[in-house]
Amino acid sequence: MHRIGHSRRRVLQAAGVLAGGALLHVSVRPAEATPEMMQDAVRAAIGEAPVKKGRVKLDLPPLVENGNSVPCTVSVDSPMTATDYVKAIHIFNEKNPQPNVISVKLCPRAGRANFSTRIRLADTQNITAIAEMADGSCWSDDIYVIVTLAACVEEPKP
Amino acid sequence: MKRAAAAIAALLAAGSAIAGEIPLDQRHSDSDFISADTRAMQTDDSQNPAMLAVLDGETLWNTKAGETNKSCADCHGDAAVAMKGVAARYPSYAPELGRPVDLEQQINLSRATDQKAPPLPFESKELLALTAYIAHQSRGMPIAVEETAQTRPSIEAGRALFERRQGQLDLSCAQCHDDNWGKKLAGNPIPQAHPTGYPIYRLEWQEVGSLQRRLRGCMSAIRAEPYDYGAPEMVDLEIYLMWRARGMTVEAPAVRP
Amino acid sequence: MIGRALIHAPATAKRGDIMEIKTLVSHVMESGYRIGVTGQPIPRDIIEDFVCTYNGEEVFRAKLYPAIAANPFISFFTVATESGTLTFSWTDQHGATRVQTAAITVE
Repeated sequence: MHRIGHSRRRVLQAAGVLAGGALLHVSVRPAEATPEMMQDAVRAAIGEAPVKKGRVKLDLPPLVENGNSVPCTVSVDSPMTATDYVKAIHIFNEKNPQPNVISVKLCPRAGRANFSTRIRLADTQNITAIAEMADGSCWSDDIYVIVTLAACVEEPKP
Repeated sequence: MKRAAAAIAALLAAGSAIAGEIPLDQRHSDSDFISADTRAMQTDDSQNPAMLAVLDGETLWNTKAGETNKSCADCHGDAAVAMKGVAARYPSYAPELGRPVDLEQQINLSRATDQKAPPLPFESKELLALTAYIAHQSRGMPIAVEETAQTRPSIEAGRALFERRQGQLDLSCAQCHDDNWGKKLAGNPIPQAHPTGYPIYRLEWQEVGSLQRRLRGCMSAIRAEPYDYGAPEMVDLEIYLMWRARGMTVEAPAVRP
Repeated sequence: MIGRALIHAPATAKRGDIMEIKTLVSHVMESGYRIGVTGQPIPRDIIEDFVCTYNGEEVFRAKLYPAIAANPFISFFTVATESGTLTFSWTDQHGATRVQTAAITVE
């Protein structure tokens, strides 16, 4: 797949390489996201707000049997009232081909700032959850997850 | 794959034990060898992805098919009643063929005979859905495949296949699953390989699959030529494995890594 | 193609109860990064949006990326406010949508 990562495109644009709208065809296949790509994804999601550790609890198994399906729960300490509530929760990763995992939008009607899903992890890595509050503040938690594969990795279904 | 091959070689170099059946009271479901999270996925119907296949199977059970334009329900009625305990005793002897057949083959036999409908291909979404739905009706019941005059030849043939060294790694099923269960292979515990939960949702496949698919995968992994879907060797292996697991609880549809 | 969904939501609740809703939808969530038997990547095919409305008002929304596992499981909470209908919709990258509903009686 030939695709320029979003941040690479911006870097190239800044460097003046992409001139006059011409697309530079680069044979780059982003095998892994980089920490920079993850930071870009975070900024794209929450803007320039500073992120503080706390109030968010990211629940992932520390050791995973198969990266294809990893149960994941995020819960945020918040009363979820009309004025004091979590308006969004984002999950990011460092080593998958793409830094975003899921972005959830909540409102006071949630009653509880808590959701669960199952995610894919391409490798052992750090996963980060960031919660945006109604007052604009951002809080986070992160977990380091070790990913093992099933012992006998199969070929595509014959 | 190199990792697993090296690990297997090291395991065997440590000394070859004589293949022996696991004592009945030392048998554990493969569910005991998976992580707590994977087990939780299996026991919670709202989280078990295989329940989606069960749902599709229920629809198919009630859908008219074939030249006779009949659904399974038209003859069998409510599956919860008619299919209770059925999957637990398959593979079972089919008198019309003079040999045992597994659940998938039985479904296709019934389609041919009673619905005049073409067989569903092995590993097709439809066949897996019907199998999952029917197997689900046996959940919680003991596996009841018996050794009779009619099933004995197939069970013995299956046992011979299970104990036979094969493939480039010259490895038998028994060497891992009878002699070295519980030990680690490339970081994961070796289960005893009881088919208590088929068809399973395998995380590696990201979908539901049959016991035959799993056996083919295992055979590829030891670099043996896998038997074709529906081959007599497959059914022999299946009936031996189910007989080996007799009395253990059906968990269908299970979740595996 | 978005397959069927299994929805676990209480049929009845007391006003003010915080209800847990669990959803499981049949979808391959092809990431676009897996190499197929031909040696070429299998094209991306994912659900991108999931929305739950309660009598028409949005109470939960999620944007999904390829990192969400096949057959997406999403569970969340919502306050039982009134009797009516919970509507769940999943939309894939091609714009196709699947909608399912669950009735709720609130005392």
